[in-house]
Amino acid sequence: MSNIRSRRRLAAVSGGLGLALVLAACASSTPSDNSKAAGSAECAAYKVYGDLSGKSISVYTGIVTPEDKPYMDSYKPFETCTGAKVNYVGDKAFETQILVRAKAGNPPDIAIVPQPGLLQQLVATGAAKAAPQAVADNVDKFWGADWKAYGSAGGKFYAAPSGASVKSMVWYSPKEFKDKGYAIPTTLAELKTLSDTIAATGKKPWCAGIGSGEATGWPVTDWMEDFMLRLSGPDVYDQWVTHKIAFNSAAPTAALDAVGAFLKNDKYVNGGLGDVKSIASTTFQDGGLPILQGTCSLHRQASFYASNFPKGTKVAEDGDVFAFYLPGVQAADHPVLGGGEFNLAFADRPEVQAFQTYLSTDTWANNKAKISSDVTGGGWITANKGLDVANLVNPIDKLSASILQDPKTVFRFDGSDMMPAAVGSNAFWKQATAWIIGQSTKDTVDKIEAAWPKS
Amino acid sequence: MTSLTPRAEPVASRKALAAASRTGHASARIKKKATSPVASAIAVLLAVVWTIPTFGLLVSSFRPEAAIKTTGWWTFFSDPQLTLDNYQAALSTDTQSGLGSFFINSFVITIPAVIIPICLAALAAYAFAWIDFRGRDFLFVLVFSLQIVPLQVALLPLLTMYVKAGLAGTFWTLWLSHSAFALPLAIFILHNFMTEIPKSLIEAARVDGAGHVKIFYRIMLPLMTPALAAFGIFQFLWVWNDLLVALTFASDNTVQPMTVALANLSGTRGTAWELLSAGAFISIIVPVAVFISLQRYFVRGLLAGGLKG
Repeated sequence: MSNIRSRRRLAAVSGGLGLALVLAACASSTPSDNSKAAGSAECAAYKVYGDLSGKSISVYTGIVTPEDKPYMDSYKPFETCTGAKVNYVGDKAFETQILVRAKAGNPPDIAIVPQPGLLQQLVATGAAKAAPQAVADNVDKFWGADWKAYGSAGGKFYAAPSGASVKSMVWYSPKEFKDKGYAIPTTLAELKTLSDTIAATGKKPWCAGIGSGEATGWPVTDWMEDFMLRLSGPDVYDQWVTHKIAFNSAAPTAALDAVGAFLKNDKYVNGGLGDVKSIASTTFQDGGLPILQGTCSLHRQASFYASNFPKGTKVAEDGDVFAFYLPGVQAADHPVLGGGEFNLAFADRPEVQAFQTYLSTDTWANNKAKISSDVTGGGWITANKGLDVANLVNPIDKLSASILQDPKTVFRFDGSDMMPAAVGSNAFWKQATAWIIGQSTKDTVDKIEAAWPKS
Repeated sequence: MTSLTPRAEPVASRKALAAASRTGHASARIKKKATSPVASAIAVLLAVVWTIPTFGLLVSSFRPEAAIKTTGWWTFFSDPQLTLDNYQAALSTDTQSGLGSFFINSFVITIPAVIIPICLAALAAYAFAWIDFRGRDFLFVLVFSLQIVPLQVALLPLLTMYVKAGLAGTFWTLWLSHSAFALPLAIFILHNFMTEIPKSLIEAARVDGAGHVKIFYRIMLPLMTPALAAFGIFQFLWVWNDLLVALTFASDNTVQPMTVALANLSGTRGTAWELLSAGAFISIIVPVAVFISLQRYFVRGLLAGGLKG
């Protein structure tokens, strides 16, 4: 029995220990008193936010290690100069959890939302707060009306854009282009001619892969969006995304046929990988790798594909592999398909609004770009026109940023991210895959149209 | 048995002994059957097959990143390369997902989340087993039928309640949720266990003048140790390994347990998956230690029906 008594004592001790740990945790979570002695010159730009000592702001996002550190570091100047504390929580389950938290009334102060569709859903919960005037002014100044529209819902402006990515990219081998004397095409017709020229040498010019587990097929949706945007223009693109025109109407059918002229052309694909059908069985990560072996010349994929090349590959204009902008119908056209994140606020306390304003400035964009370059070797860009391209180290980042900042650029968000889930992340992917392995264009668009939810 | 009242002792120990000899008989029979060489061979074989994946994970966790990403763990034997880099990276506090501080959070969450339901369930089970009151059986069935309700449907309403009560973002949300989800099963297990205790034992104590409180503390608790330990292990493992409840309620990284950190360890695009094996082993250590140290109660609690306090 003494055994039992000693165990009971142990339980008491461990209970006490638990309590002590709780207390310790509580103590450490009180905001540390930031010394306000920071250089006043550095802090001049932060004067407008006033003194926010003792205030704290919570940020919730799906961005986790290693990309989270540049974010936290980029908040530090704001924290030291205003005295506020920013609490960054990254969670890979963000996209489901943020909805749960918004609905239950437990939202963070600021959420970094990666899709306009999700942003609409969050605003619909009624928990989100419209952006203050200062943020709206910054967005007018540093982004275009197109970006502002993606951060708005129901006619009200909610969220300033944060990071961005460019999807209208074609990867190629600079060495091959130099040796063979190929020029980078500036129109779609030139791209076609280039493909024919390469095909005439007996080499299949394009390689592609659309395998991605449950999401198999998404790279085709990007192709189609890019061609929709180029052949029919941004206005028809918007109507297509919002289903004001049917999926099986003339314009989308023409766009998919135009994609077929590349992806379903036996002479063009699948360089280094097989025939047309091999596109469906190759993962998107492997789709562009034949460029390195010289068995394929062109691969259309977003800027983030840079990280897919093995370590040691030089991604640069004079390196092993690089990308050019997927041109428009005419050289003057400059439509860009891309993605991005938005800073949506769920509180309107002064410190949250001040922080939101900081995130929409060129100051933050440049801080973040510099820190990302130092910490993760780049891989982060923004469409903020105040971003100094000199702060980017990575050639592909520089190219992407310059494409986004080009005054001629008409930016459109990835359409399948904005369509209803039954289409954008289901029927569109599945039918696109079926289309690659032989289904006709007509059947494909008809079936996607049939899957569009009736509302 | 020194803690029993002197007068109750003879009766209690005699009954306990009788019961023990009965169960002893049964376990002896099982023992006899289970010790045949064929059974032993099968058991050893099963154990080996069962352990191979875990062993592979352990080997993987010590291999360098390039080796993990290009070859299988078995190549370790032809080309042994060892490194502690994975453990270092998994534990580093440089980024948000360093496991170190979350390790402590896991303890702070798990210990009360095990103690609270055990205390409540032991009392409730005693009432259901030995106190006669109207509607007892109905109430008992009602409590146990709550076990049928999947906890997922309770998450959102619970979170709403916590927010209204001002508890959101604290450890209380996790302690209370885990306790609530554990109670139906805990009460059921402990109740069944308590009804196995011979009625005459309780009656003897009654005759000797013991009230419910004294019977509970002096007779029930000592006899129930194996059951409490068995349930404690169950609950400990459940809470320690839980991700869903933690994701929903622990919205702040000062209260998040290790499972949440583990889920984020591989990075935004899953590129750092070589850290997962190391992370898994850091997270396994504690449950394994708990299981091994309480194992004898666990087995006894399952096998003997418990009269060996």
